[in-house]
Amino acid sequence: MSEEGVNPRRRRLLAITTGLGLVGTAFAVTPFVLSMMPSARAKAAGAPVEVDISKIEPGQLLTVEWRGKPVWILRRTPEMLKSLSSDESLVADPISAADQQPIYAQNATRSIKPEFLVLVGICTHLGCSPAQRLEAGAASGLGEGWPGGFFCPCHGSKFDLAGRVFKNVPAPTNLVVPPHTYLSGTRIMIGVDTKGAA
Amino acid sequence: MQKLLAWIDDRFPMTKVWEEHLAKYYAPKNFNFWYYFGSLALLMLVMQIFTGIFLTMHYKPDTGLAFASVEYIMRDVDWGWLIRYMHSVGASFFFIVVYMHMFRALLYGSHKNPRELVWIIGMVIFVALMAEAFMGYLLPWGNMSYWGAQVIISLFDAIPVVGPTLSEWIRGDFVISDATLNRFFAFHVIAVPFILAALVFVHIVALHKVGSNNPDGVEIKKKKGPNGIPLDGIPFHPYYTVKDIVGVSVFLMIFSAVVFFSPELGGWFLEHDNFNTANILQTPPEIVPLWYFTPFYSILRANTFAFFGIQAKLWGVIFMGLSIVLFFFLPWLDRSPVKSIRYRGWMYKTALTVFVVAFFTLGYLGTRPAAGPNLLIAQVSTVLYFAFFFLMPWYTTIDKTKPVPERVT
Amino acid sequence: MKKLLILFLLAGLPAAALASSDEGVKLDAVNIDLNDKASLQRGARIFVNYCLSCHSAGYMRYNRMGHDLGISEELVKENLLFAADKVGELMTAVMPKADAKAWFGVAPPDLSLVTRSRGPNWFYTYMRSFYRDDKSPSGWNNTVFPHVAMPHVLYEWQGHQRANFKKDAQGVEEFEGFELERPGSMSPEEYNNAMRDLTNFMVYLGEPAKLVRYQIGIYVLIFLAFFSVFAYLLKKEYWKDIH
Repeated sequence: MSEEGVNPRRRRLLAITTGLGLVGTAFAVTPFVLSMMPSARAKAAGAPVEVDISKIEPGQLLTVEWRGKPVWILRRTPEMLKSLSSDESLVADPISAADQQPIYAQNATRSIKPEFLVLVGICTHLGCSPAQRLEAGAASGLGEGWPGGFFCPCHGSKFDLAGRVFKNVPAPTNLVVPPHTYLSGTRIMIGVDTKGAA
Repeated sequence: MQKLLAWIDDRFPMTKVWEEHLAKYYAPKNFNFWYYFGSLALLMLVMQIFTGIFLTMHYKPDTGLAFASVEYIMRDVDWGWLIRYMHSVGASFFFIVVYMHMFRALLYGSHKNPRELVWIIGMVIFVALMAEAFMGYLLPWGNMSYWGAQVIISLFDAIPVVGPTLSEWIRGDFVISDATLNRFFAFHVIAVPFILAALVFVHIVALHKVGSNNPDGVEIKKKKGPNGIPLDGIPFHPYYTVKDIVGVSVFLMIFSAVVFFSPELGGWFLEHDNFNTANILQTPPEIVPLWYFTPFYSILRANTFAFFGIQAKLWGVIFMGLSIVLFFFLPWLDRSPVKSIRYRGWMYKTALTVFVVAFFTLGYLGTRPAAGPNLLIAQVSTVLYFAFFFLMPWYTTIDKTKPVPERVT
Repeated sequence: MKKLLILFLLAGLPAAALASSDEGVKLDAVNIDLNDKASLQRGARIFVNYCLSCHSAGYMRYNRMGHDLGISEELVKENLLFAADKVGELMTAVMPKADAKAWFGVAPPDLSLVTRSRGPNWFYTYMRSFYRDDKSPSGWNNTVFPHVAMPHVLYEWQGHQRANFKKDAQGVEEFEGFELERPGSMSPEEYNNAMRDLTNFMVYLGEPAKLVRYQIGIYVLIFLAFFSVFAYLLKKEYWKDIH
């Protein structure tokens, strides 16, 4: 009984009604789809974390938790900062071309202030948390030429003191720099920057 | 496109099913207002399942977490309030639609030969739906949820010999507890919806085998044209698909008005006491089931006399059960040679009116304490309710009917 | 004639059933207007400052309240965030539940849903019905909730009331009225307005979605009405074949 083609009025009404019906269905389905987004409870648990950095000694690393992930705040010494320019040949993405950091961390030190490095402590290979090997040289057990950085025990990926990934390791990209902002000289807020909450 | 359809048809009876049940299923052309409620019931089943799935993503079936999880849905989950209200208002609207759908049968004799099995399957759906609603109501773990379940499950205690053990088996504990909540969740979310879906499928298959009834109670298959198509029949698709869409749209307007403007409906759809968490030490001043159960609750409480050594409580349970079981026998209690009320005599019309009034009265009384004059009225209404069934073989036989036309009007 | 008679008798059934009336304390009506943001803000301030120490609003988050009531996050942190560290947290009471139970005999209930379970009029009347009662452990009683364990937290505003009772014919005590024996810092009218603000806030607290569902509902109904018209025209067009 397909007479739609025969009668133009019938065809038009059918088209309009079907169109309206589809629009209505789209509106009706939207709340259900949106209900699956993180709820207010999830957002509260994943809320920005305020960190007091005044007690961190030079060369010391503080770990905090944000959204269930470890976040490292490393207070770099002048020597540590110098190693960044000298290890450029060892790292795969020295200028941080890949999108692993906010725009304000896309620089030589991958940070807002050179002294403080903020990183998400999760290896970009398969998600283990790398171990600290902050001391340069043989003391870290990674050979004489080791500039200082991080070593992931799971599959051997290496990162420097700006979180940049070494060449020829399983991890493909630099460690992620999370959105963060300085509330003052002694307090950092992780998870939010001047644009708002992540 | 044609090739794709042909490929599927070689492997699956798609076109055959389409034609048999939609494009070439011939339904009577005189369907009226009362015939919207079948498709609306199907709509409600789909809606409850859909909203239910999304609620299950956030609800926690644990006595310590359930109530809070519902408030979590109402506040923290984006659009959670809408999904919750659609489900709670949906439950009530499901029953409104189903009661109207059942009433249509009483009006036009849709329970009579050859549709007895359609009716019986429908009654099983009704019982399953009541179980589904009862178990669903425990899940928010409000004070009325808890105490309502407590009252109804304790009825099983009244059954001689097996009663107390049966109650323990249902509860999974000596009192309603976490064990009860969890199993009601399993039944409400998985078991009974599957059963309902299967029953609805079988209900429609049985209907399509014999063909739909109509407001004149005329069997359209008796008058077929030269091509074998009933003269008073029209293909369900497109005529009733397009008409049912209007029905759905108007229905959704009424539904939305309640969901958005008065989801509690003054306590009729969401009881005030259920905004308190279940408190085993504090019984609500009045334990009232939701409105769709109140007629049967009324019948339960109306029984206050002990007869033949059986306590009143057990009689209450028996009569309450009987008030539903009798519906199953309707095709055989109804002796009228005529199907539709349009051609029945004054006796059936009066009996049906009395029944409806008694049903509504019982329903209203179920929301009030069963004492004083209310108790007497409930008892009178109970007698009238049962009289509809018990006297039916008699009054449907002697009732003076009008001649039934050969073609629909 | 017979049919009419039967119909009249039947009509008597529901009519008689409806005749039974409800008893209880007389509750004063309160004007709830969730569009009155200023009122809601005043109510929020009263709740956080006077109620939150003992009573939780455990299903509401501070930031949600701020967002809905038009209070910026900074203002929420400065003025309303005593009982928690972060704006995303739930509004739980300060007093530990176990201590509360020990001190009052019963833990002060969570008030998130009080106006949904008891009704706004009940809450409004309750907050204005405390009276001095030397026989009670706290020194206070309440005509809406006799022997309540809660003292009159806002007595400084309302002042001290005494309740007058008289015995009726059966010897049952009947409440006659209140008498202000010591005025508070607010006049009765000011106190009633403050309680109206608080009740208004409690209604919002019970169901924040109430602020949006009416508006959305109107759009939904308009769309469905529109759709129904076209669906109906489509139906008529197809059914021309039949008639």
